[in-house]
Order: sequence, then structure tokens, then C-alpha cells
Amino acid sequence: MKRQRYRLDVGARIDRGKTLRFSFNGKSYEGFDGDTLASALLANGVRLVGRSFKYHRPRGIFSAGMEEPNALVQLGSGAASEANLRATQVELFDGLEAASVNCWPSVDFDIWAINDRFSSMLPAGFYYKTFMWPKKFWHQYEKVIRRGAGLGTAPELPDQNIYDKRNQHCEVLVVGGGPAGISAALEAGRAGARVILVDEQAELGGALLGNGEHIESRSGVDWALAARTELDEMPEVHILTRTTAFGYYHHNYILMVERLSDHLGAPAGTLRQRLWKIRAHQVVLATGAIERPMVFADNDRPGIMLANAARTYVNRYGVRPGNRAVLYTNNDSAYHAAHDLAEAGVRVEAVIDVRPNPTGEGVEAIRQRGIKVLAYHALVGTVGVKRLRGIEVLALNEKGDGFSDGLQRLRCDLLCLSGGWNPTVHLFSQPGGKLNFDELKACFVPGETNEAVIVAGAANGVFSLQGCLAGGAAAGREAAAKTGLEDPGAPSLLPVIPAEEGPITPVWHLPPVSKGEMRFVDLHNDVTASDLELATREGYRSIELVKRYTTAGMGPDQGRTGNMHALAIVADTLGRSIPEVGTTTYRAPYTPVPYGAMAGRDVGALADPIRMTAIHGWHERSGAVFDDVSQWKRPWYYPRPGEDMNAAVKRECIAARTGVAILDASTLGKIEIHGPDSAKYLNRIYTNGWSKLAIGRCRYGLMLGEDGMVMDDGVTSRLGETHYFMTTTTGGAARVMAWMEDWLQCEWSDLKVYLTSVTEQWATLSISGPNARRVLSDLAEGVDLAPESFPHMAVREGKVAGINARIFRVSFTGELGFEVSVANSYGLALWQAFQRVGEKYDLTPIGIEALHVLRAEKGYIAVGHDTDGSVTPGDLGMDWLVSSKKDFLGRRSLARSDSIRPDRKQFVGLKLEARVPEGAQIVSELRRRPPMKMIGHVTSAYDSAALGKSIALALIERGHERMGETVAIPLTLEGRVVKAEIVSPVFYDPSGERLNV
Amino acid sequence: MLLIDCPYCGPREEIEFSYGGEAHIERPKQPDKLSDAEWADYLFMRNNPKGPLAERWCHSYGCRRWFNVERHTVTHEIQRVYKMGEPRGGEEGT
Ligand SMILES: [Zn+2]
Repeated sequence: MKRQRYRLDVGARIDRGKTLRFSFNGKSYEGFDGDTLASALLANGVRLVGRSFKYHRPRGIFSAGMEEPNALVQLGSGAASEANLRATQVELFDGLEAASVNCWPSVDFDIWAINDRFSSMLPAGFYYKTFMWPKKFWHQYEKVIRRGAGLGTAPELPDQNIYDKRNQHCEVLVVGGGPAGISAALEAGRAGARVILVDEQAELGGALLGNGEHIESRSGVDWALAARTELDEMPEVHILTRTTAFGYYHHNYILMVERLSDHLGAPAGTLRQRLWKIRAHQVVLATGAIERPMVFADNDRPGIMLANAARTYVNRYGVRPGNRAVLYTNNDSAYHAAHDLAEAGVRVEAVIDVRPNPTGEGVEAIRQRGIKVLAYHALVGTVGVKRLRGIEVLALNEKGDGFSDGLQRLRCDLLCLSGGWNPTVHLFSQPGGKLNFDELKACFVPGETNEAVIVAGAANGVFSLQGCLAGGAAAGREAAAKTGLEDPGAPSLLPVIPAEEGPITPVWHLPPVSKGEMRFVDLHNDVTASDLELATREGYRSIELVKRYTTAGMGPDQGRTGNMHALAIVADTLGRSIPEVGTTTYRAPYTPVPYGAMAGRDVGALADPIRMTAIHGWHERSGAVFDDVSQWKRPWYYPRPGEDMNAAVKRECIAARTGVAILDASTLGKIEIHGPDSAKYLNRIYTNGWSKLAIGRCRYGLMLGEDGMVMDDGVTSRLGETHYFMTTTTGGAARVMAWMEDWLQCEWSDLKVYLTSVTEQWATLSISGPNARRVLSDLAEGVDLAPESFPHMAVREGKVAGINARIFRVSFTGELGFEVSVANSYGLALWQAFQRVGEKYDLTPIGIEALHVLRAEKGYIAVGHDTDGSVTPGDLGMDWLVSSKKDFLGRRSLARSDSIRPDRKQFVGLKLEARVPEGAQIVSELRRRPPMKMIGHVTSAYDSAALGKSIALALIERGHERMGETVAIPLTLEGRVVKAEIVSPVFYDPSGERLNV
Repeated sequence: MLLIDCPYCGPREEIEFSYGGEAHIERPKQPDKLSDAEWADYLFMRNNPKGPLAERWCHSYGCRRWFNVERHTVTHEIQRVYKMGEPRGGEEGT
């Protein structure tokens, strides 16, 4: 085990008494409680942590936060393995195992690094240009490319953790727990607002944790701790740490993910993360800012990092990120980093500044320490491949757009970059917030928005600590006031002492010094300044297209460090201003969110609701195989020992045709219709007439959409003077109910009609077959079942097996049939009563597959099976159901030119040589291979026991005219074809004799 | 994710509602008198303004009542919520 050679002896937010062991790429190391994986690696002198995406160049830790483009790691193994985590965000725990992603066989020797040697062959748009054409070769390249350019590996085992979700309301949501956010929460809390303060770090403090700055006489960290104490005492303030607000949606709806056990290694079985859904009255965004790098040749070597990151490693983690440092900047903030590095014992060789005359307070302090400041100089290269060994500097020329002679080399193992700051405006922009470009600060700042949001601190382009404190406090007070709370009185503001900061001079890119040099803009996706310059030369103008063509900003880091340079370079190359070019669109999530957190507890059995009938347990015990029909579990068939599906379905069909069968039809949609205008209403909803339906009679109805296409069907019965009972298809129940309510409420509010969904209140058993009446008569009381007093399409009320029941004489099988409905809680009792009395008739339970065969033999349509939303009643040959005496929904559409064109697909039967799959395409002119003109398709196909052959239902162009014609159904490219004869869809008992017995 | 103020229940999350498209489209009283083009206009054609739009919403997972919402299609600001049958805002009637 190696010692932590780069660890400072004192200070920082780590606990040196708590040693944690971890491994990285198979080697063991030690770190301390409070470390991230990145800080612990740096403490151990590990500089090379990964390989870049395209060229597989060696890369080191570049940042100290979520913007990290290089240090992506795979954490853990097996079920708990997680890919592409930023080492800078992984809190260290004892036993942590991590490995670099995107390198093979090892980070030190990476075969794909050969890409770097041939980088001129891999320019922007490389994939599109080289591999997507010719298209037929793509799938051959793809395998190789994916392996070469892949990132981490997704775990293949089920997630072992629990995830939670919570909804919450608050008056003021403060996002970001740095100086501005804390100040806002304090002020809003003091005003009595219900506040949620959220921060992605383990503790409050934000930038104060890493920059070592003081507030009045206290350290920033102590100030944050005191604030936390005060906030904790406020009963209406809720603080969430390790929580990232990642999505900001309209009307102040914010999604956040809280990490509860990741920092402990997320042991199996623990609650790992919680998804918060917040609706806030007011939002204060204090999301801080992200530092930008500088762009020059070979600016990606391990040992190069953001200046602010270096400062954070020193102050927060007690780690020297190098021994000899050079800083390269265009603004003052790098000088503060230089100061802190020097204080920590790092030898600071020089600060290279592109500005001609840097003058801020921080600059003077560095000069006074005797550290060399090379003003009006620029970096043109670095030395070292797997580890930085030095840098190359040139003075800028008079115009500042090129270089003077006189290359200087400086030795260093740490290079800190500061290209200015980008306010973290992602959340602000997500719901449509506009951004303004601030020329003075050279960054985009929040502008107009429609949300109730105030942006404070660095996120608002205010980079001084005093400004953040004051701005945050003002935002907190304003937000509280907007919720209607009284101002608590005198503001508890701190005296504002403006620090003397010199202005920034952005130098986005300088010309290359030598040919082929790589000036990286997007470190993660290996996009260089030359790639962007090339894209604009090739004609790209829109930043959105440049992004997709070059892939700049499209990695897991979303280009947090590189996007501003990318757009500035595009603007510069096109001769346009930065605001003219504009930014790409900011979309949620701000940082990646595990699917587990999105799913929460809605996994496994809870992924989707399962609806079961009252008789489900009996079906299960009887060995039923179930089919999912919308959310319902319906018995599909009941195989007996030794039976396959075909054998079982055949037996069930024969039982229904020759004996008696029982089916659980409880899933049918059921709607009670009451009110004096019910018949008038049904006349408008259904295609056929309802005025003359007598009490005690049932009628089949067809429902159309206003476009004239069949939407649903079912039997509706008249139970009383103003009382009807409608059934719908199982899958259509909710949709039909909503449709009917819609018309009643929005168009026909004058009708006195009341609808109640009773699908789940009734259990319905369907008895059908020649012996159906005999079985039922053994159980029915008070109902005359004789055909003359209880005809087909009639309804009676009485008792069955002693249970109050509605008995409908209806049939979907073509045999004598009764549907018996009882209160749902009696469903199983009724079913069992039928099993008892049915024994002597060999009453056979049948599933929906047999029912489908039986109804197909009769040519009865199954809506959604034989129809698909483009089928009219005429197409189905059901014009007889369409009344010409009244208006109804969809009627006018039946006369549209498209509805009456003669070449529509029409519903027919097919006599087949062999079984064909449903959905099979039908042709009239068979050719050796496609293309062939398709004239229709098979909608239902079954083996019919009653007919002793395969039958199908189909929709075929001009089908009704084609009776007797032979068509072909090509099934494979190898030429397997089934011939079919077009016939009437009614295969069995066309006169309907069997129904009227 | 909108926060919609149901006129019967008060403000509720968007997921409790279903959308019904443009409001104030009255079903023609005598469809048979319309040409195909006029019927198609009622059936298919909807305004798609960049700005305020009167649209129908139903509180499906609440009171199941339909009502009208005037929403700005760019900012998603809900300018008005009113019951079925009430006239739209501004100069026009129903
Ligand atoms: Zn409601």
C-alpha cells in the first residue's frame, strides 16, 4: 500500500483519523473520510485516470466537480456496478472498487491509442463521412467501432437497491447551498417561509468549501456551519444535501434526486436514492458557476486541470495536485488559486496571462510573493504524454491574434487553467428562460423568464463573495415576499467590500503554431478547435448542427467545460457575435439520473397495475395460461395434462359447439346509463337506432369516432324505462367511458343522462353451447328460461345459485348463450356453483383463445383486432347497422369521398391451405420477390375445429367484390407462400339457427 | 409539468388531467348540409397559434369534469380557467 504522498498534514474538510481503503484499476490505495475518489487518487499521486473517447489519449483529473470530462469510472462489479461516474463526485467509502472506462487492456497500455497517431484521419463528422456510407457496410464497422469508442459497461443483473419517490410543496425552493443559496435560505426562513434548500454536495458551503475565503472574521466553512445550525432550528426549513435538482419544468416543477447510500457504497437492500418532485411557489437558483479552461495545443495531458479545481483540492481535500505549478489565465481568479497553491507548499513557477496588463488585487499579491507573471503571453504546447512535464510559452504579437518569436519552456507537473466562468444557467434555461450575453464578463447570464424564479450569486454572473452573499440574501427576501409573507424588518446584510478584480479578456482560440496540433475544446468527446473550424468551413452555421456534426458537448459531461469555447470559436470563424450564434438548448437532466430513481418502487409486480377478476384464483388453480388484455389477466386456455395450446383450444371449442362451455367475461367494460334522455343519447352515440328497444331487450351497437371509423362495439340492454346497461370491449372500456362523458359534458349538456362505470362491480360468466339452458336451469330461480319467454337478445333479472343476477341471453360464440352477471364479490361463488351443476354436462371452462376461434368462425369482428381505426361499418359489411333516419357521431364522415371510394379495404373471410400468422400481407399478383403490390392483410387467423381447416379474417382491397378469388400470402423471402380463397367471413351457421334454440 | 386550476377542485398536477385539444369547436347542427370541405374543417382543422390558445382539459383522475383553459403555447402561462359553456375571453363569444 502506497502512502498518500501528496496529502497535506493539516487543514481541509477531511478526517485524517478515518482511513478508507479503496482500489483503482486493481491497485490498492488509502484515502480519508471526506475524500472523493478523485481527491484520494491525487493524494496518492495517481495522475493517469482514463483514456479519451475517440483518440484514447491519456487523461487525468481535470476538475473537482460534476463538470469532469476525463475521470469517468466504473464503480463496483456485478449487480451493483455502475458506469461512467465522475471520480470527482464519487464520495470515497471503505472498500470502494473503481476502474477506468474506455481503455483496453489497461489505462497504461491502451491498444486504441493508435487512433491518436492517425488523428488526422478522424476529423469532425468522421462517423458520418466514413462509416455511414455505403450503408450496407455500417453494421460490419459498427461492432468494431462500438468496442473502440464505448464507455463503461451497464450491469446485467437486477438492481439490488431500493429507490423511493416523494412529492413535496414549498414556498421557496433554493437550489444551491453556496454563499448565495445559504443567504437566500436564511432570509426566506427568517421571514417564515416554508423553504427547501438543496445542494448536491455532502455538506453546505458550495464554493466556500474549496476556495478558503473568509466572511468577516470567520472562515467561509465556519460561516456555512453556523448558517446550517440556524437553518436547522427553523421548523419550516428543510435541507437536502447530496441532492441534485436536475430538471426544471413549467410552473416551478422541479425534479431532484437525493443520494442516500451511495456514499456508503449503496449496500444491497438499502434505500439508495429518492426522487423528489417539488412544486415550488418561488424558486431561487443559486447554482454557482463553472470554470472554463484555455484552448491550446496538447491541453489535455494528465496534470492539467482547472485552476479552481486545484484550489479546491488544496483547501477542501488537503491534497497538493502537483509539485511544480504553472497557471494559465485570462482573468484574476487564477491568481487566487496560485496563492492557495503556494501556501500549500506547491512551487508556483509562473502565471501566464493573455491580458496585456493584469492589475487586480490578486495579481499584485502574486507578484509580491515573487512569482513570475508573464503578461500578454500564451501557451502553445505542453511536454509529456502520460504525465505533464512542462509547457511551452510564446509572447503574443502586437495585434494579439498570433505570436512573437522566442519560445520559452517551463518545467511543471501541474498546469492550472482559468478561461473565465460560466454561470450555471442550465436549470434556469430548461423551462425556457432566455440568456443574455454579458460582454464585460464574457459569459451568458440569465435574462427573461416566465417562471417565478430569482437567480442569485455566480449563477447570475456575480462572481465576488460579497456579491453572492448580498444577492442571495436579497433573493431570499424577495422570494418570501412574493409568497405573501411580511418583510421581517431590517436586512441582516453583511457590509459589502468590493474586491478589486481586473476585467477578463477572453481569448477563445489562437492559431495553431504547427500543423496537426490538437487544441482540445471538448475533452470528453475529443473535439478540437480544428474540428470546429472545419465544420464551419464545410458550411455548418447553426450551433445545434455543429454540435451534432462534431459531437462537441454530447458526452456524459454534456460539454460543461468546453461548450462556451465551442460556440465562441464557431462565432469567431463565421465572423459573427457570440449572441448571434447563441447556445444549444439546455435539457434535463442536469446530471445523469439512474433509471432506478426514475422507476422508484414501480418495478417488478408494481411496474404496471394488474387487474384480476373475482375468479382469478380458481383459474390459477385450474392451470389456466393467462393472456394480458390491457391490464387484465384473462385465462387464455386451460391445458389438461399432455395438451399443448392447440389441443387445449381445440377441445374447448368442441365443448362449446357440442356441449357447454363457461367463460369468465368479467373484464368486459360495463356502463350504467340512467336518465330520461338515455335513448336519445344512445341514438347519437351508436350507429343504429335505440328508440324502439323494449324494456327487457338487448341490442348490439357499433360506435364510431367522429371520423366515421369503428371505435368500439358491444351489447346494450334496456333494464327500465330510463335505465340502460352498456357493455364495451375489455380494452376499450375506459376510453369509451371518457368519450361518452366528453360528449355529454361538452356538447350535449342539455341531455339528462347519467353515466356510471361499473366494470369492476359486476362479475360476468358466459355460458354457451347447446346445453347452456340445461346448466342454467339447474341454478336459476324466478326466471322462465323457455325460448318463447326468454328469446335471444333479451335480459331478465332473477336469482342464480341463490344470488341476485342479471341474465342476458346473448352470444359471442354463435351458440345458445347466457351471460350471468352478479355482484363482483359473488363471482367466485357463482362460478363454483356452475362447476358443481355442470359436471354432468361436462361443462368446460374455456379461455379467450377458444372464444376468438368461435367468434371468428361466425365472422364476428373483434374491435382492435380486425379493425385498426381506419375501418368503416361499410368496410365491415355492417351497413345494416347504420341508421339512415338519424344523426350520430361519425355519420357525416361516412359520406366523405374517402369513405365511399370503391377501392377501400373490406372485411372478408379466407379459406386457407395452411395456418398463416396474423398481420400477414396479401397479394393478388405473386412475384418471385418483393416488391409486390399488397392488397390487404390478415387480421385474425385460427385453426377451426368445427370446419376442420385453417380460416382467417382479412381486410382486402375491394374484398366484397372478390368473393371466390384466389390470393397469395407470401410468408418468407425464400418463397414460402400460402394460397387463400376469398369467402364470406361467416364460416359457420350463416343463418344463425343455433342461436335461436 | 403544468399546474392546472380545476374550476371544481382547485390547483392540481398536470398528470391528473387529460387534454382535449382546441376549445369552442361546436359540432355542426346539421352535418348533412355541409360540404366535405366544411365537415373536414370541423373534423380535422385546428388552430395552432404561437400565443394564447383556448383548449379543453378534463380532470380525469379527479372530478372527471371537462373545462376550458386559456394557455399561452410558448410560455405555458395559464391565463384563464373557465367552465364548459362559458364564453371565451376577449372580443369573441362562444
Ligand atoms: Zn376537478
